Amino acid sequence: MNIIVCVKRVPDTETRIRVGGDGTSIDPSGVKYVLSPYDEFAVEAALRLKEARGEGEVTVVSLGDDASQETLRTALAMGADRAVLLQGEVTPDGLATARGLAAEIGESDPPLVLLGVKAADDDGQQVGPMLATLLGRPCATAVSSFEVTDESVVCRSEVEGGTRVLELPLPAVVTITKGEYEPRYASLKGIMAAKRKPLEKKEAQTGPSRLRVKAVELPPERTAGRIVGEGPDAVPELVRLLREEANAL
Amino acid sequence: MKILAIAEQRDGSLRGVSREIVSAAAGIAIGHEGEVDVLLVGGEGVEGLASGLNGSGAARVLVASHEALAEYHPDGYARVLKGVVESGGYDAVFLPATSQGKDLAPRLAALLDVPLAQDITGISVVDGALELVRPVYAGKAFTRISVDAAPVLATLRPNVFQPQDWNAEVDVESVEISEDPASWPTRVVSFEATGGDIPDVAEAGIVVSGGRGLKDPENWKVLEDLRSALGASAGLGASRAVVDAGWRPHGEQVGQTGKTVAPKLYFAIGISGAIQHLAGMRTAGTIVAVNRDADAPIFKVADYGIVGDLFEVVPRLTEEIKTLKGEG
Ligand SMILES: Cc1cc2nc3c(=O)[nH]c(=O)nc-3n(C[C@H](O)[C@H](O)[C@H](O)COP(=O)(O)OP(=O)(O)OC[C@H]3O[C@@H](n4cnc5c(N)ncnc54)[C@H](O)[C@@H]3O)c2cc1C
Ligand SMILES: Nc1ncnc2c1ncn2[C@@H]1O[C@H](COP(=O)(O)O)[C@@H](O)[C@H]1O
Repeated sequence: MNIIVCVKRVPDTETRIRVGGDGTSIDPSGVKYVLSPYDEFAVEAALRLKEARGEGEVTVVSLGDDASQETLRTALAMGADRAVLLQGEVTPDGLATARGLAAEIGESDPPLVLLGVKAADDDGQQVGPMLATLLGRPCATAVSSFEVTDESVVCRSEVEGGTRVLELPLPAVVTITKGEYEPRYASLKGIMAAKRKPLEKKEAQTGPSRLRVKAVELPPERTAGRIVGEGPDAVPELVRLLREEANAL
Repeated sequence: MKILAIAEQRDGSLRGVSREIVSAAAGIAIGHEGEVDVLLVGGEGVEGLASGLNGSGAARVLVASHEALAEYHPDGYARVLKGVVESGGYDAVFLPATSQGKDLAPRLAALLDVPLAQDITGISVVDGALELVRPVYAGKAFTRISVDAAPVLATLRPNVFQPQDWNAEVDVESVEISEDPASWPTRVVSFEATGGDIPDVAEAGIVVSGGRGLKDPENWKVLEDLRSALGASAGLGASRAVVDAGWRPHGEQVGQTGKTVAPKLYFAIGISGAIQHLAGMRTAGTIVAVNRDADAPIFKVADYGIVGDLFEVVPRLTEEIKTLKGEG
């Protein structure tokens, strides 16, 4: 079974965000970029499925600039077979991104497309179900584990109040959250092999972004806390403050 | 400005967030010659919940009821919403940023061919157009955005917008459903309810979160006692360290690779306060930290801290709160 995994290049979650000089973007200097954490889960899920079935090919696709090649190589080093870079501008408008991905994925029409539930930069939480809708395919989001048969994929998602189980006929789109697919580390051999795996570049067919960022701002610093006291003796004072000062109880 | 707010119901009751988003919509509409419709989707008899929206600021509640819509069905709900939005001529459509809303809204966006802003924490009108505030980088920054399309489609984060009481009754109208459920490809296999009556961490008004300082999953009893003393609106959260260790389910994880929460009161117990954890809870109203390490980074964001052994501090806190609530 051939699987496509969509992966995005994002700042490392350790990054301290600073606002860029234009006030509408973040300052990229000194930022380390990584494969978005949920996309790592998705790559892992695809590799496990391929290994379990003993056949098929895992293709990773990223829309971005040339630097995204590095992200694709990371996924190849984990074990993906080939990569496609869709060269284009990444905007906060997930529908524009989904269009670019749909143009590519619609052509090869694989039975299963995996994405992360959200990208760790804009937290858009939308590209997967948008892509599915554009392709006219069913979709399950925030899936923590799934099982595939020849005709369908059964997906479990943890939602408020419980676990929802959906069965989607293939071809389908699934977005992955943290759950069963703790990502593997790339081995040295994997890293070497990744250098020789095919990485194709194409022009992305995204539309214009219709979400306009007017400003990026940092949240007001929380004024550093007050230590109420030490040990259990501080509890009555804490409760008093929560009631009388914070109005929180 | 004409706004449609999509209400959310589950198990025969309206979710609290529904009233929040209707009120947020009404707050905008009132100042701008607008009105608010609410769409309530569900199984047969769901119209009985419409009266729960009296006084929320809505003029009308549109009810789409069908036995195939009793449980959330992604394909069915998306198509019904598309029909209602297209026939209503709305300037904006708001959904709750719950699991369901965040699953549904992108499908609707693609069906309507409009962009989507998920998980909004602020709305205002600037030069006649909506300006939305949304957290990015898991809350480390936020963006002010405008949308060059109509309707403006957004999901609104729970616990952020104040529910209002405007003292006016809603009109209830039913929506014709011409959909054939047989054409919805997805099959809803099951919904397994968990956790009894405890609200989900993303919806809870008060969150009690525990980290590796708890030492052992057995010790969660200490936090559960505090949670139940705090009352029905309190939920449980966890750091990634304890989720990774298998002590707690991932659904409780707060932070960059978990849930972003904004409760009125957040307790961080035995949690060091790593940047990825802070990202998920820093917009809470009041933060309380209990940690035996006075230098733990959590104290930099906490409004109130107690330095000490959680196994001594938390049971005492539980007792004090019980006394306060008159149960002690
Ligand atoms: C890509 C990525 C994503 C991540 N996403 C998340 C995320 O979403 N959420 C998240 O939480 N983390 C996340 N992390 C992990 C994060 O970096 C930290 O490792 C994690 O938050 C630490 O959890 P902790 O505070 O429970 O444990 P620790 O850091 O081990 O802290 C335990 C604390 O308990 C205190 N303590 C110990 N015993 C007691 C006692 N008896 N009484 C009182 N205090 C005591 C200690 O002083 C210490 O401060 C992520 C990391 C990465 C790399
Ligand atoms: N530029 C991109 N290139 C490839 N995949 C992407 C891109 N942007 C988003 N995705 C995929 O869509 C998922 C959700 O992203 P988002 O909706 O932006 O939060 C990500 O986890 C990726 O799997």
